[in-house]
Amino acid sequence: MGMKFFGASVKRKEDPALLLGKGRFVDDLAMPGMLHAAFVRSQHAHAMIKSVDAAEARKLPGVVAVLTQADLPEPMRDRTLPLYVPHPAIKQIHMPAPLAKDEVRFVGEPIAIVVASSRYIAEDAANMVVVDYEPLPASVDARDAILPGAALAHKGAPSNIATQTPIKIGDTDAAFAKAAHVFREQFHLHRGGPFFIECRGLIASWNAATEQLDVIASSQGSHRFKRTFVDLLDLDDNQVRVVTNDVGGGFGPKGSFYVEYAAVAAASMATRLPVKWIEDRAENFVSTQQERDQHWDVEIAVDENAKLLGLRGKLVHDAGAYMTWGLVLPWIAATSVIGPYVLPAFQLELIVAFTNKITCTPVRGAGRPQGCFVMERMMDRVARELRIDRAEVRRRNFIKPEQMPYKVGLIFRDGRPVTYDSGDYPKAQALAIEQSGYEGFSARKAAALARGKYIGVGLSNAVEGTGLGPYEGATVRISTSGKVVVFTGATPQGQGHKTTLAQVAADHLGVDFADVSVVTADTGTIPFGMGTFASRTAVNAGSSVHLAAIEVAEKAKKIASELLEASPDDLEIKDGGVEVRGVPGMRKTFRELAYNAVGLYGFSMKGDRDPGLEATSYFKPEQSTYANSTHVAEVEVDIETGEVKVTSVLVNHDCGRVINPLIVHGQVVGGVAHGVGNAIFERLMFSAEGQPVTTTFADYLLPGATDMPRVTVTHTETPSPLNPIGVKGAGEGGTIAVIAAIASAIEDALSPFGARIAEMPVSPERVLELIAAGKARAPV
Amino acid sequence: MKPAPFAYHDPTTIAGAAELLGRFDNARPLAGGQSLVPMMNFRLAMPDHIVDLNGVAELAGITVGETVSLGAMTRQRDIEFHQGLAEACPILREALLQVGHRQTRNRGTIGGSLCHLDPAAEMPAVMTLLDATLHAAAWNKLPRQISMRDFAVDFMDSALEPGELLTRVEFAPWAPGHGWAWREFARRHGDFALAAAGVLVALTPRGDIDRLAIVISGLGPRPVRLTSVETAAAGAKANDALVAAAVAAASRVSAQDDIHASAAYRQRIAGVMAERALRAAFERARAGSPAHV
Amino acid sequence: MSESSSEIRDIELTVNVAKRRGKAEPRLLLVDFLRHELGLTGTHVGCEHGVCGACTVMFNGHSARACLLFAAQANGADIVTVEGLANPDGSLNVLQEAFREHHGLQCGFCTPGMLITLTEHLRDNPDTTEEEMRVALSGNLCRCTGYEAIVEAGLDAARQLRDAGKERA
Repeated sequence: MGMKFFGASVKRKEDPALLLGKGRFVDDLAMPGMLHAAFVRSQHAHAMIKSVDAAEARKLPGVVAVLTQADLPEPMRDRTLPLYVPHPAIKQIHMPAPLAKDEVRFVGEPIAIVVASSRYIAEDAANMVVVDYEPLPASVDARDAILPGAALAHKGAPSNIATQTPIKIGDTDAAFAKAAHVFREQFHLHRGGPFFIECRGLIASWNAATEQLDVIASSQGSHRFKRTFVDLLDLDDNQVRVVTNDVGGGFGPKGSFYVEYAAVAAASMATRLPVKWIEDRAENFVSTQQERDQHWDVEIAVDENAKLLGLRGKLVHDAGAYMTWGLVLPWIAATSVIGPYVLPAFQLELIVAFTNKITCTPVRGAGRPQGCFVMERMMDRVARELRIDRAEVRRRNFIKPEQMPYKVGLIFRDGRPVTYDSGDYPKAQALAIEQSGYEGFSARKAAALARGKYIGVGLSNAVEGTGLGPYEGATVRISTSGKVVVFTGATPQGQGHKTTLAQVAADHLGVDFADVSVVTADTGTIPFGMGTFASRTAVNAGSSVHLAAIEVAEKAKKIASELLEASPDDLEIKDGGVEVRGVPGMRKTFRELAYNAVGLYGFSMKGDRDPGLEATSYFKPEQSTYANSTHVAEVEVDIETGEVKVTSVLVNHDCGRVINPLIVHGQVVGGVAHGVGNAIFERLMFSAEGQPVTTTFADYLLPGATDMPRVTVTHTETPSPLNPIGVKGAGEGGTIAVIAAIASAIEDALSPFGARIAEMPVSPERVLELIAAGKARAPV
Repeated sequence: MKPAPFAYHDPTTIAGAAELLGRFDNARPLAGGQSLVPMMNFRLAMPDHIVDLNGVAELAGITVGETVSLGAMTRQRDIEFHQGLAEACPILREALLQVGHRQTRNRGTIGGSLCHLDPAAEMPAVMTLLDATLHAAAWNKLPRQISMRDFAVDFMDSALEPGELLTRVEFAPWAPGHGWAWREFARRHGDFALAAAGVLVALTPRGDIDRLAIVISGLGPRPVRLTSVETAAAGAKANDALVAAAVAAASRVSAQDDIHASAAYRQRIAGVMAERALRAAFERARAGSPAHV
Repeated sequence: MSESSSEIRDIELTVNVAKRRGKAEPRLLLVDFLRHELGLTGTHVGCEHGVCGACTVMFNGHSARACLLFAAQANGADIVTVEGLANPDGSLNVLQEAFREHHGLQCGFCTPGMLITLTEHLRDNPDTTEEEMRVALSGNLCRCTGYEAIVEAGLDAARQLRDAGKERA
């Protein structure tokens, strides 16, 4: 089978509709009789609800219903959302209820839902609902939250500590005892939020006659939503269907099921009409999950040659009010510290604290940027202290390709030992250094300095667990039209899955890419699915399409061999049919074969074949595949204002075999932009009382077109041995390491002042403070 | 984020608009809408009546002569692309290019910006620099003139009385050959400045300061002129000492903390911007003054 | 309160060269009118406070935020939305095709605003530099692409439009 489409920069299937204004985002759809919802949300970070009075709101013309917790249907009323990923280290778990009952734990937590004939009226009415609160002390900073006597995020809880558990490799005490050098650093990492441009939303339609719930959502996983509705409402599998059409960005937090979705379904059940809720940006800032704060206090031990001996310390992670994804986020952060380096001993005390802020869940990179930042900053510290080039320190510590597969000695968040399957880390860095001109930078820096300009270069390396299980499935069907359709639970938000999955299928079925349709994220078309998160779709869904397409091709040949009375070995798939090799007239089209495969009314199926020219495959990876990247960033710092301009970024990226270079390039560059935001712009701020104070796009700064440098992306392709198509995930690699690279570059630019970067993001004001602190340490 | 209900009025004359604003309580004029409508969408502003000025043709227009007159409803875009204005008062365009984005300047008006009075906004600061005079009209009252210094009263609070309508702004352009510069520091292109400085300077044929104006904005509730520096500069050399004095004065302008920056940082940046603006303005004045042409 | 001013108004306007009519209460935002009254859902709502640019439309010849205009203000206006950009035969125009060629869109949600902004920019600045284009795009947020591919698409379209202009001349 020639690979015509796999590996080619095929133009995307998704594009024409989106470019012509014919996308189908959830707010683009309307249903007869549809009502519009708005929420009454908590004004307090922590309070008891004494009463909710919706009497005036209910009287407003156009209002159809106002539901409080007491008005929710059984059995949803007293249930909470399910914990997606249980973990034995969780000491204490809190999950949110569809509408708050008597206690609210963050500003923005839904208390009541209003449904009306328009969103305008629903908002009018929501403002008329009177909530009587009894404010409680709020847990706001995770570091304070874990102290004895701290204000409790959940009234009556034994403490704010969700988890306190060690994560370890080897004997750190012994490693530190023999170390030539030990360095300690404290890091504060803030990660901001997803801030997709399309806010969340859904339409729920409860059909009382058929007792069916149909949901169209903006999500990252239709099947997860379906299972949650089934759980909350004790419905049968056949009673819920969730469809996700076009999604305007997800970046992680659209993968969670939110309480609003349950309340919207309840509102549809109460009114017996379709109900639409579109999150607005004001709600988005107080209700969509964020990633936010981690505080690290770590020591590194190295020998006299800068070889790593051990790393130990403490990580305090802010979970926010609830823990939708359990320990996934801090666990990934903790296990990502090791990166591409040989680390014989590691001990980290992981403490996860509840606070009265929005729940933290994975945002693009999902803890990895923090882990990478910690190790890469430590590498720079070692380089500085031992007066060795930053690249050289890393070079001395890389895991070598001949050590693959490499067992790190930790358990990853997928429950499997962290085992790097493949990758050539020294080569990745060597290429990045060569391609970026890193070696010649010091001359450029000196020349710039002579002109009064402060420029700096930084580099960083990351290893990224991608393609997590348990599976994603695909049904590949040649329909009786002769065209190919692929059904999968993967739920894209811009990654171009309809294109890449069609590329995989088209090669095996000898059809044009244009003749393959890909249907994603419709629970009515494939029974199981996990959705798109953790850079997992190319690995899981891609492999499933590959396996299913091969099976369909075999089946087509088998049927053709019967009809043509030829040996399957003499047949080949060609131009939308099967023909006898070398005899162009001797062929059966896919259309004919598909008809045959369906069977004839009243006749027995031939050869005991399963009906349909189709196959379903669920690829189940035995563990994560590990992608890697080296980032080199250059910055210029205005030392009078503290402004940092990222002037260039180069990424050498290895995500195994590349299905579509155009798309992977776009993923990496977009990921870099997200990292630039994390490094110098994006910060979610809260008052001491837990009130969010960055609640508009004028306060929370996303990078714009004038803030982004040109990004150069080069590829090393180390095929993964863990899946049949050799791919690894590509969606997050751009983001993970760039943050540390920018920190390194800023520090380099400010080396004349001895400024140190131990936090992200750094604002211009903070840069000036760090310059002053550096000067105070070592006056220049 | 949908606005609360209101009644909509679309007058076509100044008198008609003034009457509507005078007759109704809680009425707001709608100019370009680039600040008012976001506030309405957040329901931070909930007027009962919106008086849309976009149909009042006599409120818009630019005349450039011994004085420059800008109708209150003149769009920022039209100021940006007006060649005569760019020649007579080049700082206006330089500052305007930092106001929001193409889309917001296409709708935003000079009058709207002046009445909104965001403390970091460029247009109030430039009009303060130019000693502009604002003309206001009201129902059943005589029109009056307000100097820009008196117009900006406090944080987003103008001297306009309830029902009063800004109709146009006038200023005398500086003589040809003057130097100008607008410098601001904003986190991203088009953001409100954390601090800004505007400078106009006229040099004597010998290259000394004939006349100097410096405005600082983004620090306190309203733009501030560095009058002591301006007065002392008359007849002085355009040199480092003058720059140092301006930087010191800019750094003493009273400032407030907010989530974007501390007061101390803003003061420091005001000094940096003042220095950059002064040096650029001096350079332009030297290049433009008859002695050097 | 005067009666007539609070009533639902008939709005007549031109959208994408066609005469359209619809109804709007005074507070109805133009973007909601276009999307839900006229069914032109290509224009998107991203922030409703005039920062993200997803709702950008051409309003009387100039780009404008449709979330910061009331439908009542559009009576008699001439509006172009993303639905009006294609070639007469419905195929992608030069700019749209360049977006596809350069992977200038991922989720596609900000794309309509980007296209309108660039349509105006290329019309008014046929010889645009990259820097000018980035400034022009600074009022449109994209969270997927990092802008690079959008800029490349815009510059490519500018080249093609210039070449086509020379051929005609």
